[in-house]
Amino acid sequence: MASVRQHSFDVLIVGGGPAGMAASSTAAAHGHKVAIVDDNPSLGGQIWRGRSFSSASKRAADKTAAAWYRKVQNAQITHLSGLRVFDSAQAGVLLAESQDGPNSQYGQWELHYRKLILATGAQERFLPFPGWTLRNVLGAGALQSMVKSGLPVAGKRIVVAGSGPLLLAVAAYMRAHGAQVVEICEQASMGQLAAFAFGLLASPERILQGMQYKLQLLGTPYRTGCWPVAAYGTQRLETVVLSDGRRTREIPCDYFACGFHLVPNVELPALLGCHLKNGFVEVDPLQQTSVPDIYCVGEPTGIGGLEQALVEGEIAGLASTGRVEQAQPLQRERKKMQSFTERLEKAFALRPELRRLPDAQTIVCRCEDVTFSQVREYASWRAVKLHTRCGMGPCQGRICGTAGEFLLGWNANSVRPPILPVRFQTMAVAPAIQEIKSQNG
Amino acid sequence: MHEPQPETVQIHINGKSVRVATGSTVAVALTLTEQACRISVRHEERGPLCAMGICMECRVTIDGVPSRLACQTLCQPNMDVRTHG
Repeated sequence: MASVRQHSFDVLIVGGGPAGMAASSTAAAHGHKVAIVDDNPSLGGQIWRGRSFSSASKRAADKTAAAWYRKVQNAQITHLSGLRVFDSAQAGVLLAESQDGPNSQYGQWELHYRKLILATGAQERFLPFPGWTLRNVLGAGALQSMVKSGLPVAGKRIVVAGSGPLLLAVAAYMRAHGAQVVEICEQASMGQLAAFAFGLLASPERILQGMQYKLQLLGTPYRTGCWPVAAYGTQRLETVVLSDGRRTREIPCDYFACGFHLVPNVELPALLGCHLKNGFVEVDPLQQTSVPDIYCVGEPTGIGGLEQALVEGEIAGLASTGRVEQAQPLQRERKKMQSFTERLEKAFALRPELRRLPDAQTIVCRCEDVTFSQVREYASWRAVKLHTRCGMGPCQGRICGTAGEFLLGWNANSVRPPILPVRFQTMAVAPAIQEIKSQNG
Repeated sequence: MHEPQPETVQIHINGKSVRVATGSTVAVALTLTEQACRISVRHEERGPLCAMGICMECRVTIDGVPSRLACQTLCQPNMDVRTHG
């Protein structure tokens, strides 16, 4: 039987990755009632995923993770795990559905807040090519997530491809777990990347990070200006075909980890009316969005990686609890990082050849199995949804919509509630919100 | 203080028992045993794509509840997983 549970918080954070962890532990420091709501079983987002890190570790990255987990544990924070936020009932109230773990009663949750901090993270961009729907063709970050959640890859042959700094991190991680990383294929040209690497001199930690990857990846070719054109196999992946625009090579492998950099998760910010600019949530120097009392931190404001996410989280944690002055040094730090984000975007800009990846029969919308020949004649996202069912399945266009933005210039940012598929029972218990209103009024 | 954790956990996938490392997601159990999560509209076998709860390709029936995401669900002792639902 579905039920409605109501909870009120001074500060509610959506998203339990590094940005959300920094925001919540900072906000909770002064006795405010703070909660994190997240759809995963544990805190840490895709990068930390609830693994245990030691503060005694030699790796600076592990120390950082350990320190933030400790801060969250020591603060008085309610962690609502396994809850998916799907709608906003009215200003100051989000609706969520439980799906996993100890909260698995499939009821609706009403989460009331004074201040809201959106830390919804990013997803990989997927581009359709022939064979991308085969089993064992996954995102690059996706394969890493699977290994972090227990998938053994020792001895497996893995090709890593697509775009972005994530490819190196993923390849290094796979190598460390005993996989045979056959090669890393970056679509950006060497020229594009060299300009980026030069800019990195401003940020020594990142250079160190880059060199660590290099050492770990010794012997694995890192090919630039190279991209996937097809994957073959009977139901399951057997080989991938890579191209540099002149010649193609077919390489046998067990897993193909392929993602084209990241796109921000802006569905909830957009639903709440936050202003977007070039696909990202627009924020002021205190991380405030265009909507009063709503802040946004981390990747939705710009793909800047871990350090920027943490700093933005701290700024919003302070600002949302009235400690604006304390945020000033952090704001200066953040400003320095901004140029990194911009350079990153230029360095890994997608090459136009990738628009020709799908052939007529390639499935673009995996939920509804709609092919490229069915969708390519439509210039708008609205039209393609109406005529082909592309984007109408359970992922609600999160995969095909982001691909279509690049392939066909769709503007797939229009959102409608519920922003995720919700059980009928959950939708059927909506009236509780009215009762609260009448009691208060 | 902490109870010693068993290192593996047994679940049932389409009636067949599978043992995986404690802390593994259902998506890991399915991939490890080379099984598809669902059959698509055009009858293709599908497995996880994003592994973070966005693509919905890994939806399976768990303990009788349909459309649960294998990538966000940890294997619990004797969990009953049904694919192709």
